[in-house]
Amino acid sequence: MTEHERAPLVSLTDAARHFGPVRALDGVTLSVVPGDCVGLVGHNGAGKSTLVNLVNGGLAPSSGTIEFATGGSALDAGVRSVFQELSLCPNLTVAENLRISHSALKGPNWRRPARAEIGTSLDTIFPGHGIDPNAEVDTLSIAERQMVEIAIGFAPRGTEARLVILDEPTSSLDAGIADQLLVHVKRFCASGGAVIFISHMMGEVFQVATRIVVLKDGKVVAERPAEDFTRQGLVDAMGHVTADTADATGTARDFGTEVVRTDQGLIARKGEIVGLSGLAGHGQAAALARLYLSRSSAWRAGKAPEVVFVAGDRQRDGVLPLWSILRNISVSILPQGARHGLVDREGEARVAQDWKTRIGIRTEDVANPILSLSGGNQQKVLFARALASSAPVVIMDDPMRGVDVGTKQDVYAMIRAEAARGRTFLWYSTETEEVCQCDRVFVFRNHEISAELTGAEITEEKILEASFEMQEAS
Amino acid sequence: MTFLARHRIILPVVSLAVLLAATFYMQPRAMSYFGLNLLFNLAVPIALATIAQMMIIMVNDIDLSLGAFVSLAACVTATFLNDAPMLGLLILLALVLSYAVLGAVIHALELPAIVVTLGMSFVWGGIALFILPSPGGAAPGWLRTLMTVKPPFAPMAVVAAVIIAAVTHLLIMRSGIGTVLRGVGGNARSVARAGWSVIRLKALAYGLAGLFGVLAGMALVGLATSADANIALRYTLLSIAGVILGGGEFTGGKVSPTGAVIGAFTLTLAASFLSFMRLSPDWQIGAQGAILILVLTARLIFRQKGSEA
Repeated sequence: MTEHERAPLVSLTDAARHFGPVRALDGVTLSVVPGDCVGLVGHNGAGKSTLVNLVNGGLAPSSGTIEFATGGSALDAGVRSVFQELSLCPNLTVAENLRISHSALKGPNWRRPARAEIGTSLDTIFPGHGIDPNAEVDTLSIAERQMVEIAIGFAPRGTEARLVILDEPTSSLDAGIADQLLVHVKRFCASGGAVIFISHMMGEVFQVATRIVVLKDGKVVAERPAEDFTRQGLVDAMGHVTADTADATGTARDFGTEVVRTDQGLIARKGEIVGLSGLAGHGQAAALARLYLSRSSAWRAGKAPEVVFVAGDRQRDGVLPLWSILRNISVSILPQGARHGLVDREGEARVAQDWKTRIGIRTEDVANPILSLSGGNQQKVLFARALASSAPVVIMDDPMRGVDVGTKQDVYAMIRAEAARGRTFLWYSTETEEVCQCDRVFVFRNHEISAELTGAEITEEKILEASFEMQEAS
Repeated sequence: MTFLARHRIILPVVSLAVLLAATFYMQPRAMSYFGLNLLFNLAVPIALATIAQMMIIMVNDIDLSLGAFVSLAACVTATFLNDAPMLGLLILLALVLSYAVLGAVIHALELPAIVVTLGMSFVWGGIALFILPSPGGAAPGWLRTLMTVKPPFAPMAVVAAVIIAAVTHLLIMRSGIGTVLRGVGGNARSVARAGWSVIRLKALAYGLAGLFGVLAGMALVGLATSADANIALRYTLLSIAGVILGGGEFTGGKVSPTGAVIGAFTLTLAASFLSFMRLSPDWQIGAQGAILILVLTARLIFRQKGSEA
């Protein structure tokens, strides 16, 4: 190969990206040359998506540099990305979706070449796919949509695809189709293209990657040819090497009767803190939402609710932004205190004051608007809302998102104290450190429970092992 | 995937055909060149306004100021465009541009379109009252001629409907830029990722809405020969109903220009049909609503059947 052909398609030098105080990516140096197939692995929040967004030009680095082969933008350099969450326009046909990212298609009869191009691309990658280029995307199955998206990623689109980023491309494909894709990725790289391949299926990564990059806490912790890694070595590289936190949970406690049991196999007993773990988006939040909805009535709030919910996405389903702190806390307990359907104002204020001191909400007056609080304190208000009710089961959907360390410690203590008094907690968290505080952990993979860990078994290593598919991708 | 779910245009066509058949049954004399023109000529400005509303709904917004805007365009047409054509044309152009700017502002500041356009409806209404405090003005002669032209074979209203539907179909459904505009409604993030400037696309969609709003106002003056600041206030809701009746959806960029024109014609015909039934005008708006609910229910049932299959 000539010198020109080996020139990197993209090279990052000490690239960092901060979101406020959060260092999503903390100085990464990486270059991808033609023919490379880079397997990118790492746990939740390791910085994978941020890295992808830097490479495809969606984000600019806070510091450091990123250079593309042509010296221009990511688009000019032929960098394409296929995202895990589907990013097609569902109201358009397959061919029209190609038009969105292919502005060179012009003229009165652009449909014919568009149909031909997407058809060819689909035929090459997924022979025998059976997808009609004239079909509207929302009439296709999830797997077919993913196939279309991949085909658009590899389609020439006026120039040529040179680096394709595949973010969990096989998550909704069955094994046969996934194999077709892996074969195509190898062929594409052999003919001088490059791929960045992100997957939780270790088998797939080993099958296609020529080089594996392990990200942890926004840094590259290992970068070696794929042959030099073993599966176990890879998992070890992803995990923390810090001292285990087993002693925190070491004291085995006696739990009461079983209070939760779902068809999926989720079990929780009285007084237990149950963690849900695994990679983000593998069905944990959905499992909790299902459980919550099955235990609560859509029609009326009872005097004594069975379950309460602490939302992680504060803006979307937590905070009532126009209300005061007091009202945000008391909204869960209004039916209990009400007399003849009227709110007991004094009781309401008493409860709010009580929780303000117990959980340490930093405000002078609980009558202040909720938005006057910092994110962490808003989250405390949501905890207070849940804990103020008498519900024996508390469901928490990644509640510590964007909460500072101090608040976290306060809340952990509060949760342990409440659990000791007989409440049951179901806690989904993307942070392994939090999950290690639990008495029992269910690890989710592909919307199913892949492991149940208890007591001393709860270690980051075990959780990682269960989150990633260790078997060969068959 | 059933036939009906695949071809969403069929239900609007059937609705119009059924209503038309019922009208002809009740009043056979309507089945003539002259009768059809009388039935439908007021549908032409409504169809144009419905297309304008469709442009906004296409990008997942809704326009509550359209009626006031069409009224304003009508007032400008009946005064400035008649007295000083160049100045009138410039004002109308400025109106179109202001719509485009509105679209850009709504997108850039992430404002809810429903609130902004509700506010703007009072601005448009105020300017219209300022221009024409009392009903009056006159239609420019050429416009009057255009709207009362008697083409061979089919009346003006029908010819105009076909032209409007054909032009907007080419623009929105067939052209590349129309496809991208619909893509904004479907998944704005993916359009932005592909390197498009969503703010420009939104401005374009709003600008097109402004253009068709102005055309609706001009067509209305051509038919009514004079204008009034409140002449088209009911167009806001009629246009929204027309888009939905024509097979469009409030979100997701699913619109059909042909369907929108048919929807506007169905709504106009529904009013005439109820008059033929000798229904008191007091009941007509309610009855129109009932027809709307009926059609939408039919659509919902077909769609549910379609997703079960």
